[in-house]
Amino acid sequence: MARVYIFKRFERFWHWAQAALVVALLLTGFEVHGSYRLLGWERAASLHTSAAWLLIGLWLFAIFWHFTTGEWKQYIPTTEKVFAMLKYYLVGIFSDAPHPFRVTRLSKHNPLQRLAYLLVKVCINPLIWVSGLLYLYYNELGATVFAGPGLGAIALVHTAAAFLMLAFLIAHAYLATTGHTPLAHVKAMITGWEDLDDEPAHEPTRSHT
Amino acid sequence: MQMPMHAAFRTIAVMAAMLMAAAAHGAPDAASAQLLKSTSDHSKFKVLQQDFQSGPEVTKACLSCHTEAARQLQLTQHWKWEFLNPDGRRLGKKNVINNFCTSVASNYAYCTTCHIGYGWKDDQFDFTAQENVDCLICHDTTGNYRKPSGFAGNVVTRDTEFPPGSGKVVKALKLRPIAQEVAKTSRDNCGACHFFGGGGDGVKHGDLDSSLASPDKALDVHMDATGNNFACATCHMTEGHQVPGSRYAPTAVDKGGAHLRGKERTGNPTTCQSCHGQAPHKANLAKLNDHTDKVACQTCHIPAYARGGIATKMAWDWSTAGRMGPDGKPLVKTDAKGRVIYTAAKGHFVLAENVVPEYAWFNGKVTYTLLGDRIEKSDQPTRINHFEGSASDGKSTIWPVKVFRGKQAYDPVNQTLAVLHMAGNDDTAFWTNFNWEKAVAAGMASVGAPFSGQVDFVSTESMWPITHMVAPAQSALKCRDCHASDGRLEKVSGIYIPGRGSDHATWLDGIGWALAALALFGALAHGSGRIFVSRRRT
Repeated sequence: MARVYIFKRFERFWHWAQAALVVALLLTGFEVHGSYRLLGWERAASLHTSAAWLLIGLWLFAIFWHFTTGEWKQYIPTTEKVFAMLKYYLVGIFSDAPHPFRVTRLSKHNPLQRLAYLLVKVCINPLIWVSGLLYLYYNELGATVFAGPGLGAIALVHTAAAFLMLAFLIAHAYLATTGHTPLAHVKAMITGWEDLDDEPAHEPTRSHT
Repeated sequence: MQMPMHAAFRTIAVMAAMLMAAAAHGAPDAASAQLLKSTSDHSKFKVLQQDFQSGPEVTKACLSCHTEAARQLQLTQHWKWEFLNPDGRRLGKKNVINNFCTSVASNYAYCTTCHIGYGWKDDQFDFTAQENVDCLICHDTTGNYRKPSGFAGNVVTRDTEFPPGSGKVVKALKLRPIAQEVAKTSRDNCGACHFFGGGGDGVKHGDLDSSLASPDKALDVHMDATGNNFACATCHMTEGHQVPGSRYAPTAVDKGGAHLRGKERTGNPTTCQSCHGQAPHKANLAKLNDHTDKVACQTCHIPAYARGGIATKMAWDWSTAGRMGPDGKPLVKTDAKGRVIYTAAKGHFVLAENVVPEYAWFNGKVTYTLLGDRIEKSDQPTRINHFEGSASDGKSTIWPVKVFRGKQAYDPVNQTLAVLHMAGNDDTAFWTNFNWEKAVAAGMASVGAPFSGQVDFVSTESMWPITHMVAPAQSALKCRDCHASDGRLEKVSGIYIPGRGSDHATWLDGIGWALAALALFGALAHGSGRIFVSRRRT
C-alpha cells in the first residue's frame, strides 16, 4: 500500500493545538455563558481569555504558514465531486463503495472538506475572533463605538459562532473516523502519512487491518 | 586581603552591635512619645476652669477663643436639619417623614436629643443664637457627655425627675471635666448619634452601628481599630465644620482621580475613588477595573451589612402597635435571641444581621414623598424616598441599598402621609395613650396640615445607601455572585451580565443546542449504520 506524506509538522502541530484550544474554549465559554458550572466562573473566564490569546497567536502563525507555503490553495472550493462525496457518505460508505476522492499531496482535502474548512476559516473563525475581541475590549470601545448594540449583541454573535463551532467540532470528530479504518485519518493527522489504496477505482474491497 | 574566618565573624558581630546601639539611641524617649499633637492643653485654659451650669455656658467659653466656630456650624445640615434638594424640595430631618419613627415635627424635645444644639423644643427654636450650638457632643473625649431623651438636646446639670412625677431621676452631669478634655471628633462622637439613627443601635442604616466604635479588620478594613484605624472624619474630611458626604447629597458616580496632597481638592472626599482612583485593582485583576463604570465599589466590597453583631431593622409595622398584654400593661415580645420584635409603643419589627443588600441603579438623585404629596394605598408600596437611575442614563452605577419596608399611619381621605405625635407628656402623644386619631390630629395640627380625622395604614419603602462596613479584599464578592442566574444582580435590569440566564436569547440557545444535538445524533446514527453493515458483512 502506498503512503503519502500530506500533513507537515507545523500543520499537525497547528491542528492539534487548535483542537485542544477550541475544546478548552468551548468548555470554558459555555460556563461563562452560564450553561453549567465546572471550573468556577472566575477560572473559566480567565482560562477562556488566556486560551483565546493563544489561539489568536496560533492563527497568526497558521495564516502566515498557509500563505508562505501556498497551502491556502487547499481550501479553494470546488463543485467537482461534491455530489459524489455526499452520495458516498449517505449511501456508498454503507456498501463499501470506493471512496470517490483520492488524496494527493496537492489536494489533500475532499471537496466537502474544502467547503467545510473554508466555511470555518472565512465565516466561523472571523465571527468568533471579531466578536471575542469586542467582548474582551468592550470597556475600551463600549462608551463610543458600541453604545448602541451593547454587550448583549456582541455576546449574542459570539455565542452563535460558538454553537456553530461546537456543531462543526462534533461533525468533524465523527467524520475523522470515516477513513479506510476508523483511526486512519487520526493516525495521518498524528504521523503526517496517509495510506493510499493503490487503485481505488478498480479495487472494491478495502483493507480492514 | 584575606581575612581568617573567625576574624570576619568578629567584625560582623561588632558592626551589628554598633548598629543596635545606634538604633536604640534613635528610638523616641518616653517624653517625646507623649507629644501632644494639639498645641493646646484645654485643661490649662482659665475660661474652662469653672463649674458650668448649662451647655450654652460651655459654648460661650469655647467661642471666646474659637470665634468663628458657631457661625460655621450654623451653616451646616447638622445644625439646620434641612437640605434643599436639587429638585427644589425641602428635605432634611426637620422636613421629611420616614418610615421609622416618622417625623421630628411635634416630637422635637425627643428627636432633638441628637441635634447639635441646646433647646430645640418646638418650631420656635432660635437658629441664630450662637450659644445654642453644642460643641461638646462632637468634641467630648471622656465618653461621659450625655443628652438625655426628652430634654430638647439640653444637658442636665441638676438631678431632675423625668418624666415629672415618675420618680425616675436623671443624674446631673459635671461639665467642667468634659470641657477641659475636648479634642478632635472621634468615631465615638459621630457614633453617639449616627450609630443610633432610627431610635436604637443599628436600627436605621444597617451599615452604621456601635460595632464600628472599635471594629476589627473583617468588619471594616479602614476603621479597623488595630490597623488603619480611620476616624469618620478621615473620609468625611471636614474643614470649617462643613462635613462632606451626606446621603442627602450623594455622589453616586465619581469619575475623578485620587486626591493628591497639596493639590486643590474639589469634589466629594468621601467617595472610594477620592483615595483609590479609577483603576484600583492590580494588573492581575485588571478585568475588575472594567467593572467600575457600571458597578459602585461598595457593591462588591460590602458583601453584607449589619456584620458587627448588631441587628438592624428591616421592617416596621406600626399598624399593630398598641396591644396590651394579659396583665393590662403594654405588650413587649422578644425573639429567641432576646431582641425586641414587638412593643405596644411601636408595633412589630423585623430584625436581621449579615444582611445581603438589594441592588439598584443610582445616579445620585433621590426623590421623596413628603407631607401633602398625594399617596394611594395599592399593591405598590409608597416610596418614602427612591434612588433614581438606570442603565442607560450614563450617570448611574449599581449600588447596594438597604430597602426598609414599613407600614405606617396615613390620612386615607386626604391621601397624605401623617405627622405623628409620638412622644410627650400629654394626652395626645401615642406613646402615652395609644390612640392613633389623637396622635395624628396633634401631629398634623403642629405643622398646620389638614387632617380628615381618619387614620389608616399604608405600606412604605425607603432606601438607604450601603457604604460603610467595607470588608477586606478577600471577602469581596466573587465573580459568580453576580455572573450567574439568581445571582445578586438578578433583578438589576438594562445590562447584559455574562452568565446570567435571564440575559440569554432563549431562541439562540435553543437553536444552538439543537444544532449540536443534531450533529451528535447524526454522527451516532451514521456510525451505528456503519457498524451494523460491517458486522453483517463479516
